[in-house]
Order: sequence, then structure tokens, then C-alpha cells
Amino acid sequence: MSIIKPTRRGVLRTGAIAGAGLAMPTIFTGSASAYMNEPTGSTVTLGFNVPQSGPYADEGADELRAYELAVEHLNGGGDGGMMNTFSSKELKGNGILGKKVEYVTGDTQTKADAARASAKSMIEKDGAIMITGGSSSGVAVAVQALCQEAGVIFMAGLTHSNDTTGKDKKANGFRHFFNSYMSGAALAPVLANAYGKDRKAYHLTADYNWGYTTEEAVRESTEAMGWETVNAVKTPLTQTDFSSYIAPVLQSDADVLVLNHYGGNMINSLTNAVQFGLRDKLVNGKNFEIIVPLYSRLMARGAGENVKGIFGSTNWHWSLQDEGSKAFVKSFGEKYGFPPSQAAHTTYCQTLLYADAAERAGTFNPCGIVEALEGFEFDGLGNGKTLYRAEDHQCFKDVLVVKGKENPTSEFDILEVVEVTPVAQVTYDANIAQMGGPDATLGDCNPGA
Amino acid sequence: MFGLRKSDSVLLLIVIVLTLFAPFILNPFPENSVMAQFNGGYPDLMQRLVIFGIFAIGFNILFGLTGYLSFGHAAFLGVGSYAGVWMIKLLTLNVIPAIIVSVIVAGAFSLLVGWISLRRSGIYFSILTLAFAQMSYSLAYSVLTPITGGETGLQPKVGDPRILDAALEEGVTPRANLFGMFMNDSYELVIGGWIFTFNVGYYIAAVCMVLAFYLSIRIFRSPFGLMLRAVKSNQQRLNYTGIESKPYTLAAFVISGMYAGLAGGLLVAMDTQAGAERMFWTASGEVVLMTILGGAGTLIGPVLGAGFIKYFENIVSKINANILETWFSFMPDGVSDLFVGLIYPFIGKGWHLTLGILFMLVVIFLPGGLVQGGQKLAGVFKNKKDGSDSASGSTSAAPAE
Amino acid sequence: MEAIVLQILNGLDKGSAYALIALGLTLIFGTLGVVNFAHGALFMIGAFCAVTLSKILTLSHVVIDATKKDFLGNPLKVEVPYIYDFLGESAGNVVIDWAVPLSILFAIPVMILIGFIMERGLIKHFYKRPHADQILVTFGLAIVMQEVIKYFYGANPIPTPAPDVFKGSFDFGAMLGFEANSIIYPYWRLVYFSFAAVIIGGVFAFLQFTTFGMVVRAGMADRETVGLLGINIDKRFTIMFGLAAAVAGLAGVMYTPINSPNYHMGMDFLVLSFVVVVVGGMGSLSGAVLAGFLLGILESFASMTVVLETLPGINQIIIYLVAIIVLLTRPRGLMGKAGVMEE
Repeated sequence: MSIIKPTRRGVLRTGAIAGAGLAMPTIFTGSASAYMNEPTGSTVTLGFNVPQSGPYADEGADELRAYELAVEHLNGGGDGGMMNTFSSKELKGNGILGKKVEYVTGDTQTKADAARASAKSMIEKDGAIMITGGSSSGVAVAVQALCQEAGVIFMAGLTHSNDTTGKDKKANGFRHFFNSYMSGAALAPVLANAYGKDRKAYHLTADYNWGYTTEEAVRESTEAMGWETVNAVKTPLTQTDFSSYIAPVLQSDADVLVLNHYGGNMINSLTNAVQFGLRDKLVNGKNFEIIVPLYSRLMARGAGENVKGIFGSTNWHWSLQDEGSKAFVKSFGEKYGFPPSQAAHTTYCQTLLYADAAERAGTFNPCGIVEALEGFEFDGLGNGKTLYRAEDHQCFKDVLVVKGKENPTSEFDILEVVEVTPVAQVTYDANIAQMGGPDATLGDCNPGA
Repeated sequence: MFGLRKSDSVLLLIVIVLTLFAPFILNPFPENSVMAQFNGGYPDLMQRLVIFGIFAIGFNILFGLTGYLSFGHAAFLGVGSYAGVWMIKLLTLNVIPAIIVSVIVAGAFSLLVGWISLRRSGIYFSILTLAFAQMSYSLAYSVLTPITGGETGLQPKVGDPRILDAALEEGVTPRANLFGMFMNDSYELVIGGWIFTFNVGYYIAAVCMVLAFYLSIRIFRSPFGLMLRAVKSNQQRLNYTGIESKPYTLAAFVISGMYAGLAGGLLVAMDTQAGAERMFWTASGEVVLMTILGGAGTLIGPVLGAGFIKYFENIVSKINANILETWFSFMPDGVSDLFVGLIYPFIGKGWHLTLGILFMLVVIFLPGGLVQGGQKLAGVFKNKKDGSDSASGSTSAAPAE
Repeated sequence: MEAIVLQILNGLDKGSAYALIALGLTLIFGTLGVVNFAHGALFMIGAFCAVTLSKILTLSHVVIDATKKDFLGNPLKVEVPYIYDFLGESAGNVVIDWAVPLSILFAIPVMILIGFIMERGLIKHFYKRPHADQILVTFGLAIVMQEVIKYFYGANPIPTPAPDVFKGSFDFGAMLGFEANSIIYPYWRLVYFSFAAVIIGGVFAFLQFTTFGMVVRAGMADRETVGLLGINIDKRFTIMFGLAAAVAGLAGVMYTPINSPNYHMGMDFLVLSFVVVVVGGMGSLSGAVLAGFLLGILESFASMTVVLETLPGINQIIIYLVAIIVLLTRPRGLMGKAGVMEE
């Protein structure tokens, strides 16, 4: 019987096995390595944890495509994509810190339990040094807490709730995607411009954390503009037919309907609202309007023509004309034949940002990565100048206000960018009440060893 | 042994040996081999296998013995989980109070639900339990957010009170432990190319499962168990003999609710987080499927079913196109592409499809569940050995119903 | 007052969807004694019949339009449906526009065929098996059907709009003497309601007034005796299964313009439809329909602001709460028969 040196698990370093007999026990979480899953071979493993089943499976599939593209670019394949436009030039196309990037995938099922199980298996079985992905805030918060506990880095995917980098922020977790507060702050001025300052809004809000934070954000910022909120009704997550919530809207005095819904809820509530002919009505002498604070182009497709002319916000859109976006759309489009979604963009950016941070830190040690990412300013990833704020690990960048396009030329051409709200306007203090107040702290980075 | 008849002792011993050596059994392939993908011997999955085993054993005490099909058992698991996390937040990071309180709270909740639901039988009972579970889920996800954490769930935080614990050191993340042993502490044994992981949390859960299994054998063989079977075979006749069956069924309901609470408590002990989707009807449906798949009414069946489903969920969903390509890379290009193309729909994001097909195959060809499959297999071996027809003489389990 | 009238309308509309699905489910329960967890999947397949037909109608060939650019800067490829070549653009557009109603014709044979295959190929072998086995096998089948649809159509909802004439909504307010715009209701939902009424009426008439229906009803009451009379009840049950599948499928087809269909819409309806059937009472067709409308209306009332202000979260649980109350006060649901599925 001979001893084969395992390369998959970082903990089992050569030293630990050298000169061993037939059996060699080592303590997994002991001081065998400097940090959790330290890569010792010629490769480094990243864990891509995305929804592959359930309602967000298509979004997850797009995230996975972006991850595969990012890995290809990091390992020197393809045209390099946004690595060429990224302001930091540490990445050389030779993997990360000279180690070839490998990856494992898992299915979050958009359930916190399943997502944690899958992330744990990546950490425990496959030796993943970083976990990334996801398409809902429930999953992001759950997996972020897990990564904090286990001592690996979590690079959040699509998660929009304030809580991810607010009330539930963690030192080992980072979010590139924007959040509810930013949506509200970016939308309000545009809405005031388009629809006037004297409006009465009716909110329909998904009855869970993300819905609450989004409603709060949009309300606060629109009320600051002079709008009045006449009613806010909570709708169950499992609701599919929103008719009984939409029908009474016209009986109120409201002339704007805000749909704080995402995904399937958004498609159905928007479709129902348009069915009821709300947009053809005149109330208080004004055209009745509908607003969707968070747009996802991928999901908006499900609402078909109903999105036309409806305002919302989004993290990124493929029609942007800066160099970074163009480079990303080109390499993604050429590989897969269609433009990337905002979910794909944010996950691609997160992978690059992680790799770059490791290069700059000179280590995969989570604490090194945290230090490298905190307060990091960069450009060239499609959102203009961006800051990874040290206080809450949230990216601060321009926010796109978009509108459903009236005359789409293709099935991807659904949204048009109306305005790019500058970052200054969406920046907030890390301690505001919406973000959990001063009680919410990051804690300290955990290297897991 | 322990007041069990011989065949039951043998079964218990088998279960003990299996759980004890699970780190070996679940890791049959060397780390660097292609087949390592199918290794299930890492802490999280091993913990889940035994915890859901407990859940299914408990469910089987109700469904297997009395025939009452509860479609809301996940609610007890969820309520137990929430109680467990609150104990960890309020009292101590030691898991013992969390587990005990989970069992008690789940027991109390199941007493309430059972007392109401057991006024009806058959499908009416199923729908009543389903209704309670769905209400628990919906409320936990929405209006009860202050207590349950809603969408983002409940987790221990650095700033929690934990009145029994000394203050954490600066910069330490709160982690659940048993007198200082952390749940994710492991020993790794390296033999050749193999790595075997012995995890603290797993063995704690495994001890609980062996005890739970032992208790379920005792219940199955007791006069109480006999009474429950009588309820299943003919409740009316039982009532005519002047026996009020409800106290018995209610007791079975509460016991199985407490098993679910134990599973919930262990889940949060291993992984300190509880979310509402744990109570969704699909979670209740899952334990029904586990039990039927393994063989309802048999002792070992539910454990097998739980293992089968959890293993598939965690292993098959992680196989991606990349891995497939490495598997078939030894073949010529065209052939390997063909194989990859053929298998691709069934792995990764298609794991549900595989599971669905397996459900159908098992129930069509093995009406008694996996246990019957085991018996058939054992029968084949016996036939080969001594040439006698003794497929029914298997000692490994009670006959499937 | 307007609010109440409006919610009654909503309730009737929702109720008609519940009633349609529950009707099919209870046909299978009642006639065959099979717990069919794949019934939601049949509803979903029906909806995807509409999607498929509109895909077929819009099958296109590619014409390159050099004046426009696609997202990569290459000349834009414009897809021109073949149907334009056959019928011309305007007639072609009309046909595409009417895809959903046309799908009814397409869905009926497809669904009946699926029903037959399911019953003959699978369900037939499970009549004598325990309900638990039936649940497992039909649940497995439902997953398989779902995943097959997901494989071909993806997970995202696919917009399948109603014909243009049904866009917009009807103003009941003006008609009933309330303020204009106070009670409006979309045309397509009114169509859905009427359609459901016709189907429900049709099924009842079929069972009530035909010999076939009489035999089936007799079979529901006492299968053995009917068999002893020399009537081939099995064949009729197969037909009933096909009929139930068709009812579920049609409910799905007509539902597509209301909410864009996706592969798991069946599972969303499955639990609800079981609750409806049981609240209505096992083995009772009229019970299922009644319960469908009752739960629909109560659900609508529970979503009113006034109600929510006094009882927060009631909209989340109303259906289940009502189910519990009904089952506790009426042991066999609203109109259930003794001895059906009580074991």
C-alpha cells in the first residue's frame, strides 16, 4: 500500500504526510494549515453555488455561464474579456497566484437549506476556497453566514436586499450587486422628472424581507420628492394570481402603482396590472403609471409586452457602451450567442474581483482578501468608477434607471437605459436605520484555522 | 440484547456498525480517482443522512404503524429548528439545551396539531396536517419575521445574549459546540489515496439516530405498537371492542413529532441556521417519499429512503458537464460527445429528473420499497448458496406492508 | 360596496380556476380511487400546449437585415414566421394573435392521448396498490413531466398573450350604476370564467344525462356490482381519465394569458387543488366546484386592505384556515360521501 499525496484538499500538505506510516490522522480544523482549504497543489478550487432547479434556474444558468467564462479568462483562455479593461492589471491569465483555476458547481434550489448544504459540500468535500453565486437574498444571507463560520470568502451573486450588506453583513462576505436603498435613491428623481412631484403611490409589496426593505427604500425616497403613499399592501410570496390585490387599486385615489416584487411575483403582478387596464386610465387628471423598482431583463421577458414604458432600476445592462461592458458582451456573446444578463455580469465581476484581490494580497487567506478588497477602488468593469466600501463590503457605483422599450428589435432588447444615476446620489451612511443601524457590524474576518 | 428479540438485535447491530463505519462506507473511492465524485463521506452529507434518517424513523412510527398519513410533518421539524436556534442565541452555544428544547417544543406543537387533526381520518386528516404546516410556513416567512427572521432566516450573532456562556473572545465567530468540541471538528484518516473523515457533529447525530432507532424497535414490538397496528388494520373493529383509539394515535403522533423536533434540533446544532422553507409542503412531502421509497412500516426502510434521497440531492446535483467530459475523455471525441450528450440531461440541473424516474422505477418494480429490493437481493444470494427458495425468510426486516 | 362587488368578481374568477382543476382531480379520485399527484402537471402540460402551438405558428426563417445591428454589431437577423409566407403578413398575424384560443383544438386531442397513455401504461397497475404507492408513482411522474418541459422550454415564464380583442377591461361600475372605473374587470378573465362555467356544466351534463355517465356514476358508487353486471367498467374509467386530463389541460390553456406559464405552475396549484377537493368532500363533483368558488371568494376578501389591517397576514393562511374549520365542523367536507378515502 502506498501513500498517494492528495491534491484536492488543501489541508493535507506534504509535510503532514511525509514519513507517515500506513495511517496518518490529522486534525482537520487544527493548525494543519494557515487557513481553511489552503491550496497547496497547482490548482485552486472555486465553488459556484447557483440555482439550477426551481423558478430561478434560468438566472442560475446564466450565472454559471459567466463563471465558466471568467474561469476561462483567468486561466488565459478566450479573449480575456473585462480583464483587459479592468483598472487593476494584476491578473495575467495564468490562473490566480500562478495556480490554475478549477471550479465545482452546486444547486441552491433558491432555498437557504439546500444552498448551505451545497456550499458545505464544496468546502468540506471539494476544498473550495471561495463560494459565490445565488439569486435571492435569503440564500445570500444564509450562505454568507456559513462562509463566515467556515472561514472562506463569500462573493454574493444576485442579491438586492439591504440586509445582505446591512443588518446581516459579515466580514467574509462581499456584494457587488446594488441594493434596495440604491434603487429607491436612483429612481426617485427620475420618477419625479417623468411623472411630476405631485403623485399618489400605491405599493404592493412581497411579504418578506426583501419586499420590506425595497418598499421602505422607495417610499422614503419618493416621499422625500413630494409623493404621497396612499396604501401599501403585502402580498404572499406564493401568490400567483394578483387580481384581488390589483383590482382595488383604482378605487383608491392612487395614480401610481409600485410593484415591490421580484421574479415570478413581478411577472405575474405586472401582467395582471396591465390586464386590468390600469395603464389606460386617467386618475386625478394624470396617466396612471406602474413602477417596478428592481428589473431583471431575464425575468422581464416573461411579462412580454407588458413591460413597455415601465420604469425600474437595474445593476447593469448589455447595451451600455463603455469599454468594459462592450468587452464583456463581446466575449460572452461570441461564446454563447446571446447577451449576458445582469446576474451574469455581477458574478463575472465578483470572480475577477476575488482573483485580483488574491493577486494583490499575495495569498488566498480570507483575511488577506478582505484587506485587499476593503476600500478598493476600481474601474473598467462596466459600472464606471466603483468602490468596495470597507464599512459594509458593499460596492458603490452608478445605478441604471431603465424603462421597458417601446419597439424592441430582438428578444433581448427589452429594456433601455434612461439615466445613469451617479454614485454620489445613491451613497448612504453605513449606519442608517435601513441598514440595521449602528448595531449591525461586520465582525472580524475568519480564516477558519 | 437490550430486551430485543434476536432478529431485532441483529438489525440494531447492523445499524450501529453501518453508522459507526459510515466514513469508510460512504467514501469507497480514492480521492484522486474519477469516481471520487460519488464519495459521500464528508461531514455535512453524513450528518444530513442520519438526521433525515431520524426524521423518517419518526414519521414511520405514525404512518407505518397507524396508517395515518401526515402531510405536515416538516412543520414540527421547522418549529424544533427555530426553538433550537433561539436556545443557541439566548442560552448557550452548547448544543444540548438546543436539542432538548427542540424536542419539547416540537412535541408540544404536535400535541396541539395532533389533537385537532386526529378528529378526522384518511385524507381529511392528511389535509388538516397539511393546512397547519402551510400556515406555519406562510406565517414564519412573513408576519412572524421578527421571531423567525423570515426570508433570511435565524442565525446566531456575535451580539446575542447567551446568558450561560462566558463572553466570546474578540473576533471569534459564534459556533455551536458540545463542551468545547465544535460540530465541524474532524479527524482525517489518510490511507493510501483514501481520506476518511471522522466528524464530531456526525457522531453526535449518529448516536441520536441509533438511540432513536432502538426506541422505534421497542415501540414496534411493544403492546402499544400492536395497538397502533390494530388501528391501521381496522379502526372500526377496535372501536367496537370498546377501545378508544385516539389516545394511542395521538401518542404516536406526538412521538413522531418529537422525532421531527429532534431532527430539527440536530440540524441547527450541526448548522446553526433555520429558515421557513424547511416547513414548506414539499419538505413534508419529502419525508413521505423517503418513508414510502424505503418501505413504509418496516424498521430500516425509512432510513434507507432518507439516505437515498439526500445522497442523490447532494451528489448528482453537483456533477456538471465538465466532470462528465473528464469521465468520457478516454473515448474518441465523437463517442465521448455522444455519451456526454446522453447523460447530461440527467445530472447537475437535471437531478430532479433522475430522482423522479427513480421514484417511479422503485415503486413499479419494488412495491415494498427499497427494503423489498434488499430482500430480493438477499433471496437471490440465498438461492445461490443453498438452492432453497427462501426469499421471504429474510431476517433483516419486518415484511413490507 | 364597490370593493365588495369587485372582490366577489375576483373570487368567482379565481374560484373558476380552482374549480376546474379540482373537478378533474375529483373525477380521478371519485371514479378510479387514485390519488393523482400528477394532476397539477397535467394542468401545466395543457398550458404548454398553448405555448407549443404559438411556437409552431411563429416558426421562422431568418432574413438578414443589413440596416440594423445586433448586440455584437453584426447585421441583425430578423426572424420571419413561415406563416407569413403562406397567409401573408396580416392574416398570419391574426392567426398568431389567436394562438391561445386555437390551442384549445390542439390541446384536447393531446391531453386525451396523454390521459389514455398515463392510465393504460401506469395508473392501471396501481388501482389495487396502497394510496402511498400511488402518491409516490404519480409524484415521480409529475417531476418527470416538469423536468421534460423545463428541458425544452427553460425555467422562466413564457408570455402567451390573449388575442388583442380581449385586451383591456370592462367597466362594470358604469353598468351597475357606480362611479366609472370603480369596478373594472379584464375581458380575458371574463372569458375564462365563462369558459370554466361551460366546461363544468358540460361535465355535469355528460355524467348526468348520458348512459355512459350513468354507468360511470354507478361505478363510482359500487364498482364491483357494476362489474358483475357484465359492464366493462375499466374501459369507461380509461375514458374518464382522458376526460379529466382534458379538463385539466383546457384549464391550463385558458390560464396562460392570465399568468405566463412556467414549468412548475402545476406544483403551485397541486396542493391548493387537493385542499379544494377535500374541503368540497371526497367523491362529490358538486362539492369540488362549490369549494373552489367558496375558497376563491374568501381568498379575495382576505386580501382587502380593511381585512388585512385588522388581521395582518390573514391573506397568507385564509385557505388553510377555512379548510380546517370546514373539516372540523363537517367531517366529510361540504358534500362528501361516507367511506370515500377515509381509510
